[in-house]
Amino acid sequence: MNKETFSKIIEIAKPFAKNKEALESATLESSFLKDLEVSSARLVDIILDLEDAFDVEVEDEEANNVNTVGDAVALIERKLAVAAA
Amino acid sequence: MLDQTEQVKKRVVVTGLGVVAPNGHGVNDFERALRAGISGIRKVPELEKLNFRCQVGGVPEGIDEKLSSYFTEEDLLAMNQAMIFGAIASIDAWRDGGLSVPERNSDEVHWDTGCVLGSGLSGIDTIASRLVPMINACKVRRMGSSIVEQTMASSISAKLSGLLALGNQVTSNSSACNTGTEAIHDGFYHIRNGQAERMLVGGAEASSPYVWGGFDSMRVLNASSNEAPEKASRPMSATAGGFVPGSGAGVLLLENLESARQRGAKIYAELLSAKVNCGGHRNGGSMTAPNSESVVRCIQSAVEEAGVKTQEIDAINGHLTATMADPLELRNWSRALEVTPEQLPYIQSTKSLIGHCLGAAGSIEAVATVLELQGGFFHGSVNCEDLHPEVESFANRIVQRTVEKPLRLIAKASFGFGDVNGCLLFKKWD
Repeated sequence: MNKETFSKIIEIAKPFAKNKEALESATLESSFLKDLEVSSARLVDIILDLEDAFDVEVEDEEANNVNTVGDAVALIERKLAVAAA
Repeated sequence: MLDQTEQVKKRVVVTGLGVVAPNGHGVNDFERALRAGISGIRKVPELEKLNFRCQVGGVPEGIDEKLSSYFTEEDLLAMNQAMIFGAIASIDAWRDGGLSVPERNSDEVHWDTGCVLGSGLSGIDTIASRLVPMINACKVRRMGSSIVEQTMASSISAKLSGLLALGNQVTSNSSACNTGTEAIHDGFYHIRNGQAERMLVGGAEASSPYVWGGFDSMRVLNASSNEAPEKASRPMSATAGGFVPGSGAGVLLLENLESARQRGAKIYAELLSAKVNCGGHRNGGSMTAPNSESVVRCIQSAVEEAGVKTQEIDAINGHLTATMADPLELRNWSRALEVTPEQLPYIQSTKSLIGHCLGAAGSIEAVATVLELQGGFFHGSVNCEDLHPEVESFANRIVQRTVEKPLRLIAKASFGFGDVNGCLLFKKWD
């Protein structure tokens, strides 16, 4: 895993995460909804911000499968790998 | 639980005030500005750039610097200006009423507290800056999650209910320039009928060319004072040339008397009565002009409901916008109270200092009215040294310089597009 990708994702989640302590100590296993306490409506905004930050396009189905920070990292790394290929 | 079968009408008192006005944020600054006749009307460069006829307006100052003390970063990503003004005035009124803002992670809900917070043109800045351009550019997918909550007609009340954990009726009303006064009316009856213990009530309006443009194109804004902003809002003046657009929010914390007493709350005033009606666009009334018959009925029914004699009314905070309707308004007051012009209670226009704050006007002016009762003063209406010839007979009753004088009973009225009227009677709390 690219550490930079991870911290960029945490930075993006920052305004939306109600549990700031959980965000500080977030791991790949942290759930956006349950652990970071992001409201479900705002997941859409996190995906949009990810698209902008990494210059990628995320399909609805891919977005629906993002539950944890690790899911987001894997999705972005997959997208970036495809873009680089 | 409240006993909803109880037939006794509850007495309703004002226990908190919040205001975001062009000439002051917070009751202390606002009262100081009213007493000193400080205008909140300034040049708005954006209006000049956009080729508006009227290039001055009333815009609250210094709000951006205070946002982080009221809201989280996430709140602000989903709040437009009317929501921000409305929430700040509401939180201020809540704290002024001796109540504390609940922790976000607490599950406690105030089941007996609700709100009616309206606006004239809700969400129009969000609609103009994001919704329309993004949809037209085929970018609906990229609009994000917060468009609905900022454009729905209930945007202001919906946000506030979350900030303060309100559990009673939470709604937003709209009746053009009568909105703020109508919100107070609606909350008043909700408490009076025993449906809630306390209600945050009022209106908010954004400072936006998209809110003001329609009025500019109607030619009802003053276009002749762009280089002298503080002189631009001229209610009752011979040289009144239309109103000056304003913005902000005014919120009152209304509460039933028992509840206020039980918790030892500071009581500013009692709201004796509140009435709204409509002229039905008949008898000279139209979308934009008042049916005098309905104005008179509205004021008289408020006086009757209050159980006071017209002679007991010490003063009037008028609607008085600086259009051709001002002389008619004064004649209507005189007819409604059945007094000659020389006998009319003192009258003032708060709009002379802050412009016409549209959906927020009635409630900001109601805050001014309550502060006057409590503080024993009546602020001057500026910019009418040259009284309109048709109001000359009222000259001694139009207060042009602030008077320090204990007042007991003040009537506040608002009138709006759609031929709607609202009248409130506030009594000083002894």
